[in-house]
Amino acid sequence: MLNGGGEAAPERSLWEEAVMAATLFAVDPVGLGGIVVRSKYGPVRDQWLEFLRSILPDHVPFRKLPLYAADERLFGGLDLAATLAHGKPIAERGLLADMDGGYLIVPSCERMEPALASRLGLVMDAGAVHVEREAASLTHPARFGVIALDESEGADEAPPLALLERLGLRIDLTDLSYRDVTLATTSEEEIAAARALLASVEVPDKIIAGLCAAASAFGVYSLRAPIFAVRAARAAAALAGRTEAEDEDAALAALFVLAPRATMTPAPEQPPQEQEEDEPPPDDKDQDSEEQKAAEEDKPLTDMIIAASEAAIPKHILSNRSGKTVKVPANAPAGKSGSERSNATRGRPAGVRRGEPRPGSPISLIETLRAAAPWQKIRRAFANAHHRTEEEGVVRTLEKIEVRSDDFRVKRLKARSQTATIFAVDASGSTAMQRLAETKGAIELLLAECYIRRDQVALIAFRGKGAEMLLPPTRSLTRAKRSLAALAGGGGTPLASGINAAAALALNVRRKGISPLIVLLTDGRANITAEGKPGRDRAQNDASIAGRRLRAEGIATMLVDTSPRPQIQAERLAQEMAARYLPLPYANAAAISKAARMAAKA
Amino acid sequence: MTRPIYPFSAIVGQEELKLALIISAIDPTIGGVLAFGDRGTGKSTTVRALAALLPPVRAIRGCRFNCDPDGSAPCEECKARAREGKLPARFIRVPVVDLPLGATEDRVVGALDLERALTRGEKAFETGLLARANRGFLYIDEVNLLEDFLVDLLLDVAASGENVVEREGMSLRHPARFVLIGSGNPEEGELRPQLLDRFGLSVEVRTPQDLPSRIEVVRRRDAFERDPVAFAASWRNENRKLRRKVSVARSRVNLIAVPEPILEQAARLCLTLGTDGLRGELTLMRAARALAAYEGSESVNTAHLKVVAPSSLRHRLRRDPLDEAGSTVRVELALQKTFG
Repeated sequence: MLNGGGEAAPERSLWEEAVMAATLFAVDPVGLGGIVVRSKYGPVRDQWLEFLRSILPDHVPFRKLPLYAADERLFGGLDLAATLAHGKPIAERGLLADMDGGYLIVPSCERMEPALASRLGLVMDAGAVHVEREAASLTHPARFGVIALDESEGADEAPPLALLERLGLRIDLTDLSYRDVTLATTSEEEIAAARALLASVEVPDKIIAGLCAAASAFGVYSLRAPIFAVRAARAAAALAGRTEAEDEDAALAALFVLAPRATMTPAPEQPPQEQEEDEPPPDDKDQDSEEQKAAEEDKPLTDMIIAASEAAIPKHILSNRSGKTVKVPANAPAGKSGSERSNATRGRPAGVRRGEPRPGSPISLIETLRAAAPWQKIRRAFANAHHRTEEEGVVRTLEKIEVRSDDFRVKRLKARSQTATIFAVDASGSTAMQRLAETKGAIELLLAECYIRRDQVALIAFRGKGAEMLLPPTRSLTRAKRSLAALAGGGGTPLASGINAAAALALNVRRKGISPLIVLLTDGRANITAEGKPGRDRAQNDASIAGRRLRAEGIATMLVDTSPRPQIQAERLAQEMAARYLPLPYANAAAISKAARMAAKA
Repeated sequence: MTRPIYPFSAIVGQEELKLALIISAIDPTIGGVLAFGDRGTGKSTTVRALAALLPPVRAIRGCRFNCDPDGSAPCEECKARAREGKLPARFIRVPVVDLPLGATEDRVVGALDLERALTRGEKAFETGLLARANRGFLYIDEVNLLEDFLVDLLLDVAASGENVVEREGMSLRHPARFVLIGSGNPEEGELRPQLLDRFGLSVEVRTPQDLPSRIEVVRRRDAFERDPVAFAASWRNENRKLRRKVSVARSRVNLIAVPEPILEQAARLCLTLGTDGLRGELTLMRAARALAAYEGSESVNTAHLKVVAPSSLRHRLRRDPLDEAGSTVRVELALQKTFG
């Protein structure tokens, strides 16, 4: 498997690799930041966690992060309940300070709020929690490793980037079953010995260079990745009892750090170029040749690192060599709706803020009482003093809680004005390019406007055998421009696949508390079935079924008929989907974006 | 116990960001720096490293807002104390304060001091992040994801240079002049134009693409992690030189002359680009002056103007969603047109 040192590296099963990643992580949890474990909830993951626990000393903190805990509970602050009960300030250290030297488990990390991820990131960067109080600014050491359990489904659900960036290792247990689990033999003592050795392990320059070159080959541009890879190689060497990192350590590092982050498959090997033996010019204008030289020197090592870790390249990158877009399965699971649906219509609570209760900003009773609580003593004293002068010394204690308008806290609802407009565009046939170009224009116009309302836009195109997500939901104009730079058109019309893909995405978006709107641009004439086979009647029938399913889910939909003369099929399909029907024969960017805006408002 | 900060002078590449930070340290009135770019480019490392580069400033001892003993607008507390005699001063490090996402309004502007309220029934204010950032830098990582109500609040405070909190007959008013430093990844969300305009300079940060630089970044980072104290020590001299240079530039910046033809060129450049308002022109001039001071020139010349034009103007162009060319390209075209 390895070009460089074939015999040196033992062949490992997927499970053994996952176990290996756990041991590397245990050797340097703070340096590696953490490990992302992609897997569904189940016994394999439990076994993996159990193994990790078994190689750590008993006294080390190993705890779950409560995803919806109050701020003070996590980061520390004043323990309000205890303070009120005792009548004196009682500080709370916070969970993160308690985690120093330990392992923090983040369950369902794909659900973590970006704001929480970014604050957690600050703590990880500093290795400490700062609690700011006026008199003193307290700093607790908080150096811990994070185990992020990622249960995300599909391409449009992912843990917050602020978190992903800071976790060095990544493993995927999705394809493992309970039968693959074998007994692992690493002991707590081996880990302890490796930890003791870690600081004295040297990583030679050529390994650093090889890891950097491999990162570039995988299309990994963040510099955190090669930095993590160097640390992982150091941990691997320490684990093997060596004081210098070797090639096989670099291969392991690439397997767990670089390849899982790949955004492209490494380019096929190019014939080595003749290098002139001239002295390279000293100024850095001629960076190309220097770059080449550096790459050339470490070429065999880089190739070995790439070859050894290629197996860990995410599947959707491999299946899609252009490396640009992300496929949606044509028959994506319809998703779990139901319990979250009632939330979706009113929006997900997104914290509280000071303000008067109003329709749309309901009062948060608990937060209001929390805000009022510290004032009670002051208000009572004031009221008593007042009464004494008025009623000639009759001291009356106020029994009720005094709440003033300043205390009011209202809930902020996220989805109140947030929509995600999902364009599903028929990219088949000869007029596809025109339609795609105008839709692209419409998307950019919508995004240019929506930075105030913070709405999102997504694009799914269907042609040939299935549907493809060209632009996952985003509110970034920059990103849209980059993703939509090159669009392809032509081929058959898999209308059912297009509708199914749009529906799956819409349900996913709705689960996040954002209201979806599907804008379907087509002439309604299908000729590819849901399975990707040709056949006009079946295809038309499949499209009807997909349309009715969409209607059953109650997703707002608009069908824009783009054919030169309005088509009866399109109108019928719109009825089946309970969609608004809009014939727009010469659809241009401005007209489409206007129609989408109107539909989103309705 | 606190780890040494990664030395500013040890940062590989990032020339535009480094220069922008230095310029805003020389002349804080320029209005801060926005660094937009991908993750893992070292934006935060560079911004945090800035702190060590700033010459210490004099502040009134015991003042919660780091009031300047020679300043014209002291806080209410210092005013009251000043009536009783001269106030003692001391040198402090310029504060660089982090404003994390998800910060509550109370934490930012200040709130009732819970401790005193609960234990002694006293009304007193506990100051927030804005008080600590006075005369220093306020750093917001992922500024494009900041909650709207916090953005409004910051815009308001930044415009007036003062933080005013009123609660139940108790009021707090204190100077809050700070240089805003923001960073973020535009692919994760755009920045509101009002906030965009607040930043004096805007920089596009990219990871170094050439392999030798990338290797050097990783190598230095590794050396720093393994022995931060020794690493910081090996760069101490470089950092000291840089700090001295900033310090000298600061004292000279107001003496730098701006010749009439340069003013004209700046005006023409802004006209070509169609930047809104006078802010662009003003920033361009100030940044060019700070750069001249940093380079030890007596007056601003065309070269200075060319260097600072992209960062001063690229975020002030009118948006055209259907224009494929990035704003940097547009500024460069205008530069060519103006200067040939």
